[in-house]
Amino acid sequence: MTHNPLPVERRFTHDLSSRVTAGHQVRDVMWAVIAALVPGLLALIWQSGPGVLVQCSLAVASALIGESMALKLRSRPARPSLNDLSAMVTAILLGLSVPGLAPWWVITLGTLFAILLGKQVYGGLGCNPFNPAMVGYAILLVSFPQEMTHWPAEPVGLGETLHAIFGEMDSHRPDALAMATPLDASRTPPAMGHSTATPGGLVPASHSDSWVNLGYLLGGLWLLRRKLIDGRISAGVLAGLTACALGFYLEDSSRYPSPAFHLFSGATMLAAFFIATDPVSAATTPRGRWIYAAGIGVLIYVIRTWGGYPDGVAFAVLLMNLTAPTLDHFTRPRAYGHPR
Amino acid sequence: MTTLPGRFPGGLELEGHKSLANQCPIRFAGLPPRLLFPLRQRNGENARALVSIGDLVRRGSVIAGGNQSLDPPIHASSSGRVIAIEDHGMAHPAGISSRCIIIETDGLDESIAALPALDTTHCSPESLLDRLHEAGIVGLGGAGFPTAAKLLKGKTAIDTLILNGAECEPYIACDDRLLRERANEVLQGAALLQRCLGCRTTLIAVEGDMRLAWQALKAAQSAGDFDFIQIIQVPSRYPAGGERQLIQLLTGREVPSGALPAAIGVICQNVATVAAIYRAAAHGEILDSRIVTVTGAGVQTPQNLEVRLGTPIGFLIEQCGGYTGQAHGLIVGGPMMGYTVNSDAIPVTKPVNAILVTGAGSPATIPDPQPCIRCGACAEACPASLLPQQLYWHTHAQQLQRALDYHLLDCIECGCCDAVCPSHIPLVHEFRQAKQASLSQQRARDSAAHARMRFEARQARKEQEQRDRELAAQRRKASLGGHASPKIQEALERARQKRAKQNESLASETTHNDP
Ligand code: SF4
Ligand code: SF4
Repeated sequence: MTHNPLPVERRFTHDLSSRVTAGHQVRDVMWAVIAALVPGLLALIWQSGPGVLVQCSLAVASALIGESMALKLRSRPARPSLNDLSAMVTAILLGLSVPGLAPWWVITLGTLFAILLGKQVYGGLGCNPFNPAMVGYAILLVSFPQEMTHWPAEPVGLGETLHAIFGEMDSHRPDALAMATPLDASRTPPAMGHSTATPGGLVPASHSDSWVNLGYLLGGLWLLRRKLIDGRISAGVLAGLTACALGFYLEDSSRYPSPAFHLFSGATMLAAFFIATDPVSAATTPRGRWIYAAGIGVLIYVIRTWGGYPDGVAFAVLLMNLTAPTLDHFTRPRAYGHPR
Repeated sequence: MTTLPGRFPGGLELEGHKSLANQCPIRFAGLPPRLLFPLRQRNGENARALVSIGDLVRRGSVIAGGNQSLDPPIHASSSGRVIAIEDHGMAHPAGISSRCIIIETDGLDESIAALPALDTTHCSPESLLDRLHEAGIVGLGGAGFPTAAKLLKGKTAIDTLILNGAECEPYIACDDRLLRERANEVLQGAALLQRCLGCRTTLIAVEGDMRLAWQALKAAQSAGDFDFIQIIQVPSRYPAGGERQLIQLLTGREVPSGALPAAIGVICQNVATVAAIYRAAAHGEILDSRIVTVTGAGVQTPQNLEVRLGTPIGFLIEQCGGYTGQAHGLIVGGPMMGYTVNSDAIPVTKPVNAILVTGAGSPATIPDPQPCIRCGACAEACPASLLPQQLYWHTHAQQLQRALDYHLLDCIECGCCDAVCPSHIPLVHEFRQAKQASLSQQRARDSAAHARMRFEARQARKEQEQRDRELAAQRRKASLGGHASPKIQEALERARQKRAKQNESLASETTHNDP
């Protein structure tokens, strides 16, 4: 019988790259998040002028520069980190949160704080215990309360906007700087409660706020549909807030605004779909996430209603960030084959 | 699909890629010029080679035997001459090599006489177990656990026998083809096992999208007398065919952590194993070949081959028309649970169910790992309800104990977490290594304990000897008067030696009794 000759051995490299991927890529998720912010952004422009665009651009530029610098200092390659777009998301969230006419150095400083103190000092993406954008926001709020709490009540033209942002300090400001920022608490002194709680509570006080919130809600629902954010977190935040608001509203509707008011004012929707859902600083277990999110909702209400700070969302998120590791520890799911 | 008693959390709906290989019938791969038989056993020791270089062997000859192991003997899978016994790469997740018996085939394929057939309707369970060991039957689903040992393990009564035909891993189609072509053998084997195990329920599970296999089983069922067997379709959701997940689906029960399915009265056997059991019993056939799916974008003509054990992978690829231009990576098993090997000279062994040659860029070549963003996607996908991100955190920081606290050992290495991780962290790779590390720690602890026991036994023996000597001295003193006869002296001496021996064998037993 004839024999086949011995086959020539072919060698292969051991590599882990021949695996199945069934999930999303970080970069794609971040792109989607940015895209989902667009409706809210448009509503903001429509309601208060192009200032927010300028703020976002400034933020993105500072974030990219800050991140590259930090990575250089830590002697890490810049490309992969910049590529994941997480810095850009942080920047845009911050850009959306500061008042549209705040001077340029506010957002620049804030973004650098967010990237450097909120993220890079801990070792970069994934290691930061706090939501970087909220770290930046909180620092700004504490350091520049004046600049951070004034928001144009009605749309301001581009020229005026640029002048306000880049003009000399103490130059005259447009008159319409009277409103609270989106993240600003609608702290409700009784007087305000009276003026806002319209019958049925469906039309909240600030018209512009509710349009912007609707925009974020839309983008958020799209992210949910694409399974890019955890619906438990969004639902938890909204449920926590609604439960508190409803309780007090039913108790005394003349003093406390309706749940609808709370849901569609301030940064509620931004928090529920874009900020609390940041996985890095959230709890990771399913039950942990419910608790984490509901906690944020409740804290937003508490800070808005009785807090000393004018802002609800940033501090609520930061406080719950603190609890995440503990929540994770105590809400570990029961593993297969372990007693119930 | 009927509703099942249970369901498992997590898991993934994966693209099957089965039609690459499952379209044409199983084909005999032919005799390769050389066959290689790794001697490495499951306990890490080598089996004793029973042949030497130059010996002529025939198909079915026992060429190596168990060495303190449950593993059955190793048989030559064709006739030829032993040309070498040397180290060679083998199919193993850790990429190790093993001493191998290398046989140059003579192409005549002469066999030794087959084992006598057993009467499958009346043979005793013991005779079946002996036969399974003798015929070299081990689990063919990928784990390679000796079947006789697995069936023997059940101390609790077995009430449910599950035949696993739910081939959930992408690309692999050997059980699919087997069921389509040899459903009768599988059912015969099931009947035999059910009788010998004395269990009430026998279930065969196939995946929902293995429609033709299901039909073949149904046809074989109505042709024969197999009404007591339930043929069940399970959802095509990976890893429905994982032993623990399948048991959960079919019985609603969970196998306790660290225990075997037998602990809850269940025995799970792969369908190919059951067919091999039947052939070993009814025809005296030795397990010297298996069906291997050779597939992937890197192979010209993917298909299922009937392969003699010991055949080098490269020979199989040749039988499939060779590599394509884009051949890139070589995986033993499927893309989820398989492992890469670095050479196609590695021989097929019993647990090798598939050879997957990936094409460059498919499955998508994965970029370098990025930091974990704690997204929780991995935990959501984990069928064992573990927290892979926490496990990774601890294994990566070399905190083995913490990882064990997070149930590292309950990880079934299914790869779901890997597949969904947006940062492309090689989680399972990490977990496998950590499990290995924990295993060797355990071994080290065990052997330290053995050493201590040995030492203590020796100490005890010495003390005993000392006491005996003193006793003897006292006796001698007492017998100075000449009372004790030499016979008594002799008996005393014998008793002393016997005791010493007993102590010794006790000590050696504790050393060799590696579980
Ligand atoms: S899927 Fe990857 S990135 Fe997400 S939590 Fe798990 S390990 Fe981290
Ligand atoms: S490989 Fe382990 S940790 Fe990952 S999903 Fe499977 S069982 Fe869970």
